[in-house]
Amino acid sequence: MSSDTTAASQKGFAGLAGDWASDKDAFKGVPWGKAMMWIFLLSDTFIFSCFLIGYMTVRMSATDPWPNTSEVFALEMFGHHIPLVLIAIMTFILITSSGTMALAVNYGYRRDKKRAAILMLITALFGASFVGMQAFEWTKLIEEGVRPWANPMGAAQFGSCFFMITGFHGLHVSIGVIYLLIVAIKVLKGHYDKKGYEIVEITGLYWHFVDLVWVFIFAFFYLW
Amino acid sequence: MAYAEDAELEELHEPHSFWTKYIWSQDHKVIAIQYSLTAIFVGLIALVLSGLMRMQIGFPGSLETVDPTAYYQYMTMHGMIMVIYLLTALFLGGFGNYLIPLMVGARDMVFPFVNMLSYWAYLLSVIILLASFFVPGGATGAGWTLYPPQAITPGTPGTDWGIVLMLVSLAVFIVAATMGGLNYVTTVLQARTHGMTLFRMPLSVWGIFVATILALLAFPALFVSAVMMLFDKLLGTSFFMPEMMSLGQQLDHKGGSPILFQHLFWFFGHPEVYIVALPAFGLVSDLISTHSRKNIFGYRMMVWAIVAIGGLSFIVWAHHMYVSGMNPYFGFFFATTTLIIAVPTALKVYNWLLTLWRGDIHMTVPMLFSLAFIMTFLVGGLTGLFLGNVIVDIPLSDTYFVVAHFHMVMGVAPILVVFGAIYHWYPKITGRMMNDTIGKWHFWITFIGTYLIYFPMHYLGIQGMPRRYFSYEEIEFIPQSAHDLNTFITVTAIFVGVAQLLFVFNMFHSLFYGREAGPNPWRATSLEWQTPQTPPVHGNWPQKLPVVYRWAYDYSVPGMEEDYTPQTVPDDPAHESIQHDEAGNPDGAPA
Repeated sequence: MSSDTTAASQKGFAGLAGDWASDKDAFKGVPWGKAMMWIFLLSDTFIFSCFLIGYMTVRMSATDPWPNTSEVFALEMFGHHIPLVLIAIMTFILITSSGTMALAVNYGYRRDKKRAAILMLITALFGASFVGMQAFEWTKLIEEGVRPWANPMGAAQFGSCFFMITGFHGLHVSIGVIYLLIVAIKVLKGHYDKKGYEIVEITGLYWHFVDLVWVFIFAFFYLW
Repeated sequence: MAYAEDAELEELHEPHSFWTKYIWSQDHKVIAIQYSLTAIFVGLIALVLSGLMRMQIGFPGSLETVDPTAYYQYMTMHGMIMVIYLLTALFLGGFGNYLIPLMVGARDMVFPFVNMLSYWAYLLSVIILLASFFVPGGATGAGWTLYPPQAITPGTPGTDWGIVLMLVSLAVFIVAATMGGLNYVTTVLQARTHGMTLFRMPLSVWGIFVATILALLAFPALFVSAVMMLFDKLLGTSFFMPEMMSLGQQLDHKGGSPILFQHLFWFFGHPEVYIVALPAFGLVSDLISTHSRKNIFGYRMMVWAIVAIGGLSFIVWAHHMYVSGMNPYFGFFFATTTLIIAVPTALKVYNWLLTLWRGDIHMTVPMLFSLAFIMTFLVGGLTGLFLGNVIVDIPLSDTYFVVAHFHMVMGVAPILVVFGAIYHWYPKITGRMMNDTIGKWHFWITFIGTYLIYFPMHYLGIQGMPRRYFSYEEIEFIPQSAHDLNTFITVTAIFVGVAQLLFVFNMFHSLFYGREAGPNPWRATSLEWQTPQTPPVHGNWPQKLPVVYRWAYDYSVPGMEEDYTPQTVPDDPAHESIQHDEAGNPDGAPA
């Protein structure tokens, strides 16, 4: 394979830089949609970072005490008082859905349309159940009197941050579920036979990102 | 096979009806024109607002409609429109859309449909913004920085609806900018033509490319602060609102952090300066090189300077907050990074000068605007060094010195490039030249006029004249000379503002009566001037994509017949007619 640029033949860092700077595309063999999704996710990372940094700042500036999250998010189950149990289940479900998504990507590239679509539907189902549990959690907190503007357990900013951050993340999961359903149906219909199955991986990138963001929310909001 | 080559093999679906061709168009060139015309339209509104404000400052009380409320609303809307809805939209949505695919040799943006959505979202944000003039209470008067608590506390104009519409409009704009920006970055990275390496791209593309990356990483902070402030306003949360008394009333808020908003806002706001400046740097580099018939001096240095400025712009934001109160060590850090950013910037100014040095300078209208840009940017940049130092900034903060500084550096300087670039690329966009005589009148009035407006403001600022005040008559320490100067500035500003009609007239008149331009009137080297049709048709290169053999700056190469060598000319004349194999790949290109 010859090229208009000589850099491609070099080794080490010079070769890497040469490949990136060569003609046509900086990332060889990366479809446009995939490159675009990566860049979008980078931008979205900044959005969630700003949300989390904003949350940490108001947590410091709040004048009322911050509620103890392991108590707030505890449930009475089978006669036991278990802290953070619902969040633990939600986290487990979301991380499992990343596994089924990865399998779907694999079957997509193998052009096993049926398995890929079924695994995507399972992923969407996990996602939907996550959103459902989040709705349950919201209901519970609202019944306990937590509002975006008020919180009987301490700082009002607890409620503000909780509804804002989990709401924004839940919105991402919901969009992801719809996105997964659309792509899964199109996969089943053979819509991508000609174009190739990168779309499954692109959908997967978004899904893994949403999961990863949840891990940070879990660590910084619920565990801290 | 690269994906750009896949696209090359696909058949073009050219739209035929008027609606799909010009209104719901997915063609990057039409979208660019839609973006530009919308941006220029709101820009003219902002210009009128500045004229109304100047009337109040120069001739206090002369206009009955300009009361303190209206004054603050005009000031806020003027700033926000100029920075975001005019300059950002025009450089990225206008020039970015038009030039990126043409300059890198692509048929279109990678996702034309998303690109179309970007424009319509932008138009929606503009409509929401302008609607705020007509809601109860009027537009917000919080100043373009929208600092809370005052932005949403009663007493500031437009706290009922104006601020809500402003924040919603910003959020919609960010969605639009993101959809467009993803397209621009992906197109530059993944859809270049044969032989178009990163270091053969014109500096225009580099400037817009890096600016778009900044936009994608900086706008999230504005988005988050807009969401938080909307919640503070509509839901009564206290992200930014401390416990406070307002107009004798205890507010319901408690425990929020106003400084948090300032950090988020300026984490967006400072890169925003470079989102506007970097495309201007890029475009002006191409203008200077083309019109002085010389290769740009230090091309690689210019590229790395753009990248360095882009990176540094993310760690200087708190120099806007010296008076907000911060740890002195932070002040030291941000002052240092601010001064460091002057190094790559000065490097660019030197390289422009060295490009001009002993060049075959053609005093065309684009060249005049480019020279004016260098001078204006230099003045604005030097006063930036004053303001970057904490100890100098504190007495000058919130005076007219600051107004002079940022209008010079990020108002007038980029606008001069916008004018120069429009005069330069108009022939490619329309196929006709803009009128030279009107262009020169427009140039001299604008250039000298803006100096007469903004240069005296440095003096006013050192006198201590505070900015953002409705009336200065009652302030004793302001001398009569300052009042006279204000009258003078107002007269000049109105004159210069009205003179912009010359440009608008020229733009529309030349569309029908301008001289036929031909494909390459400036005898330029970059790809957009080598399209088979002028204006370029749908798909830019309907048959084969061009093959690039050289950088974009081969002007006056010794031994060549012409004083310019287009990027499509092979090094070895024997390869003049390039062979294509069966797949449509040029001979020797990787399959």
